[in-house]
Amino acid sequence: MEKMVNIYLYGKKYEVPASLTIMNAMEYAGYQLVRGVGCRCGFCGACATIYRIKGQNELKTCLACQTKVEDNMYIATLPFFPLVKQPYDIEKVKPTEQIMMQLYPEIYACVGCNACTKACTQDLKVMQYIAYAQRGEYEKCAEESFDCVMCGVCSSRCPAGITHPQVGLLARRLTGKYLAPETQHLLERVAEIEGGNCEAALQDIMAKTAEELKELYNNRDFEQ
Amino acid sequence: MYTQEMLESIKKVEATRAERLANVKAGIHPRRMTAEEKVQVKMENHPDYIASQFAELAIGPNKGEKVPLELAEVLQGNPRVNPKDIDLKKIDYDVDVLVIGGGGSGSAAAIMAHENGANVMIVTKLRHGDANTMMAEGGIQAADKPNDSPAQHYLDVMGGGHFKNVPELVKKLVNDAPICIKWLNDLGVMFDKEADGTMVTTHGGGTSRKRMHACKDYSGAEIMRVLRDEVQNRQIPVVDFTSAIEIIKDEQGRAAGAVLMNMETKEIRIARAKTVVIATGGAGRMHYQGFPTSNHYGATADGLVLAYRAGAPLLYAYTLQYHPTGAAYPSQIFGALVTEKVRSIGAQLVNKDGEPFMYSLETRDICASGVIRECKRGNGVDTFNGGQGVWLDSPMIDMIHGEGTIEKRIPAMLRMYLKYGIDMRKQPILIYPTLHYQNGGIKIGVNGMSEVENLFVAGEAVGGIHGENRLMGNSLLDIIVFGRNAGVNAAAAAKEVKLGKKLNLDHVKSFMKEMKDAGIKTDVVSPKLLPRYTHGNPVYDEPNAKLMK
Repeated sequence: MEKMVNIYLYGKKYEVPASLTIMNAMEYAGYQLVRGVGCRCGFCGACATIYRIKGQNELKTCLACQTKVEDNMYIATLPFFPLVKQPYDIEKVKPTEQIMMQLYPEIYACVGCNACTKACTQDLKVMQYIAYAQRGEYEKCAEESFDCVMCGVCSSRCPAGITHPQVGLLARRLTGKYLAPETQHLLERVAEIEGGNCEAALQDIMAKTAEELKELYNNRDFEQ
Repeated sequence: MYTQEMLESIKKVEATRAERLANVKAGIHPRRMTAEEKVQVKMENHPDYIASQFAELAIGPNKGEKVPLELAEVLQGNPRVNPKDIDLKKIDYDVDVLVIGGGGSGSAAAIMAHENGANVMIVTKLRHGDANTMMAEGGIQAADKPNDSPAQHYLDVMGGGHFKNVPELVKKLVNDAPICIKWLNDLGVMFDKEADGTMVTTHGGGTSRKRMHACKDYSGAEIMRVLRDEVQNRQIPVVDFTSAIEIIKDEQGRAAGAVLMNMETKEIRIARAKTVVIATGGAGRMHYQGFPTSNHYGATADGLVLAYRAGAPLLYAYTLQYHPTGAAYPSQIFGALVTEKVRSIGAQLVNKDGEPFMYSLETRDICASGVIRECKRGNGVDTFNGGQGVWLDSPMIDMIHGEGTIEKRIPAMLRMYLKYGIDMRKQPILIYPTLHYQNGGIKIGVNGMSEVENLFVAGEAVGGIHGENRLMGNSLLDIIVFGRNAGVNAAAAAKEVKLGKKLNLDHVKSFMKEMKDAGIKTDVVSPKLLPRYTHGNPVYDEPNAKLMK
């Protein structure tokens, strides 16, 4: 017989197999989820969840699809959190300190409590990447925030009202577009294509008979 | 945490590792299969060839063709609403271009439609960005290096698809690939680059050149969050938690909008549009043949159902991609994707005795067939519930490329396994094929339009680009190339359209009549929208369970 545990979904008690994730346990209990469910693989951040084990003070946070149930777990999902998203024109912004001050000035109100880092479902150093953003060090902010799934748990715990995931995203886009080195071979190939220089070879290979194409394919040389 | 039996098998894997490593470092890999061997392993093992799992369509544009049983059920299912109950005069949304689906292709289409001056709106079943795009880990192909060319890419794609691909679509795919990488780069997608700007590129299964661009193993997530941000920056309206349940046509039979349903309140809304883009994605959550899936919760082939009822033919709907490396253990991540990149950067497939039983980077269909055969031969490792798997020898990666490579190049994989007490830097992982991709889909022309006028399609819902088997890294590519393409062409077509006076659902009525005439009686209602899981709860076997809807 499978080992069972008691969990409390929004306060109501259910008995579920101990091997299930929180998300699967909710479905076992009978929910057909519409909210708080997405990729079910830890990439999309749809299933941010807050829980507490009965008798303990600490509030914990996790992704429901990536976390096993525990006995006496009190569970509330956080399927939506009102993050602030400021629109901007990626072609017009510049990777200077001013842009953060302009779009997300609240990051300078960070009180250094580190609640965001403690709450992160991806174990990111959230407060650290906000500090990088404050200093305009966008490449470091981008690197540190790269694995963010934008679940919003950090923001839910922030006394300063910071929208950390959007700050990280802005830093990454600035980095990708303006700060990362240009790719010469890419620019050259695009110019070749747009100049029509790749067309003849494509027409040529498209004109091959099925047999000729198979022959070519089966005798390709491979880059080592 | 592995079982005792698994740990015993790991010892055998470790025992052969030194020799396998030495071989790899000397450039010696397990032999690639010959063309004949590939055909044989596929015919004997690939799920696409199990005849009993397919049904012939009795009605519709592909009448007489075979598709998976579960797909046949929804293609020939009952509409969610009866056309006579719908008031099409009450228009809630009126736009130039309606994009159905908020994943990578839908977002790319919306951005380009907007760029081209169209009034565009996205409607999406769950949240914006809830899509397979978000979960694509490995990378995106483009022939942008000096030793490579679009023609070389073309050859790989055609061979990978067993020469069934539509040549004009493949040409578009490979020709536009570098342009799309530049577009993404210019939007701020952070590709892995060397210090001098050179793209870090690797092989994928079936590629002859290293042309896989990546953003660590968050490639799709990185692309998706940038595209979503761009849609938001442009303030393109997104109606979320709302699914399209029928295409609406005008009096000339052209697509002219969609019937929408709120996923929470079930409220019906009507969207009128001059052109429509279906970008609804794949079908993993149909769980064909009972396979687990690496797909998003919403991947239920909805777009195929809408288009089929509207009279658009499908192409190659019989062919699915089973990704060779789904997680086979532990149970909590059963079926989750283990990116092909794990093999690209050095991990080998080995059986329970530590033998490398095949070349690890054959195309996906061949690799999956090879893994299934190895388990059938009794060389797999028992997992749970009677399942099996083979080892993917991940510790090889750091041994080949240096310590820290796994952490830097595939952090998501490392994190996924660490949560269950498995450190893939030190221990190999167990894998088995998982339902991953819908190779077939709605037939389109090079302009992205289906055979229904003004009904465009982009992304995984399209059939024909990848023939009978897609290569790694060509899906992220396809959603960008054909998403952009659909957006541009849908916006252009919208400029030519004079609004239809008489919106109608006559095609749904005639589909219902066709069903009746063919004697199809079914309880199935489609599109399916979401799967239902109960994880073995015995309550659902009791008579009262039928009351639990």
